[in-house]
Amino acid sequence: MKKVYDTIIIGGGPGGYTTALYASRAGLSTLVVEKMTVGGQLALTDTVENYPGFDEGIDGFTLGMKMQASAERFGAETMYAEVLSMDLENTPRKLNTTEGELYAHTVVIATGAYPRLLGVGGEEKFLGRGVHICAHCDGRFYKDRTVLVVGGGNSALEDALYLARLCERVILVHRRDAFRAERVLVDALQRQENVEVRYDSVLEEILGDEKMEGVRLRNVRDGGTSVLAPDGVFISVGREPATAFLPQELARDAHGYIIADETTRTSVDGVYAVGDVRTKPLRQIVTAVADGAVAVEYMKEYLTKNIF
Amino acid sequence: MSYIKVNATNFGEVEKSEKVVLLDFYADWCGPCRMVGPVIEEIAKEHPEILVGKVNVDEEQALASAFSVMSIPTLVIMKNGKIVRQVAGARPKAQILALLENA
Repeated sequence: MKKVYDTIIIGGGPGGYTTALYASRAGLSTLVVEKMTVGGQLALTDTVENYPGFDEGIDGFTLGMKMQASAERFGAETMYAEVLSMDLENTPRKLNTTEGELYAHTVVIATGAYPRLLGVGGEEKFLGRGVHICAHCDGRFYKDRTVLVVGGGNSALEDALYLARLCERVILVHRRDAFRAERVLVDALQRQENVEVRYDSVLEEILGDEKMEGVRLRNVRDGGTSVLAPDGVFISVGREPATAFLPQELARDAHGYIIADETTRTSVDGVYAVGDVRTKPLRQIVTAVADGAVAVEYMKEYLTKNIF
Repeated sequence: MSYIKVNATNFGEVEKSEKVVLLDFYADWCGPCRMVGPVIEEIAKEHPEILVGKVNVDEEQALASAFSVMSIPTLVIMKNGKIVRQVAGARPKAQILALLENA
């Protein structure tokens, strides 16, 4: 007979494993399906300083592993597989994965978000060889050279500051005339002598035949274009939700985020969205873990009414 | 079988291997590398017919530049000493296995 889990959680980041922790502690049979390794975006974070309880900070990878261990302690299971499609309309819900079919009474979407690209010419072609999305990973290949960072939010400024310590020169390209990043980051950036900011500018194209040779920028105020020749380009223009594989009936907003309020309930009864993947004002580890706890509250209600 | 740590000294053997070779260029401080690392180790255990090697780019800079590695993790698939695929970025196990199958 096929096993039907009380809940299957898709995504093993902070939201996913907090849901798993609360669900397994509540005695629900719980499976987390993770396509790569646990932690999600958290695993990519060097040091986490805004998650309480760690007075000296903690590296994201370790925190992710601890969250997994916290949930598995109460019986939550983890499976490494990618969910390809789902049937949410029939019960139990069916998930088609790279490791076969899975069944559950409730489903939690905790797939998070991934870095957004600009969608300009040359970007895909030079991704990983001249164009990069992870400053912490690839910055060291540009030691003592000139790099260009695109973006104006917190992560763009963090990337620019990180690269400024490694590289000879950093050019930060921002499409507005002021930063929307936190004050502390903007101040730190202005103290860096080797960072030059190009305001009101957008990157229009990445140039080069065999090798990345430069970029074309356009000033959005006067329309003037200029060509620069940095050694490397780092794109840091925010994220987009990992929701492409989800079925139609799960309502999403114009940007692809799953429409769900603080209850984490979605347009489908018994299906919840936690963490960065849902519509919310602040995407942080603390807000993702809060979602996980709340989701289980409504999940228990649903299971009591419909299943148990 | 488990993976081998590839360095300048033993790279010659890797190149001469009759098996399909999967190389993972990584660094300890790189988040996506730590995500893909356990996946690579699992593939090494489950697929003895593949020679799996890990190259630490901090320790083996010459190898990294010989493969023009500018982004980590970078995965390289070799056959008979020649590169058949080279991809940058972490990816799920199923995708890596598909790359190996099509190599």
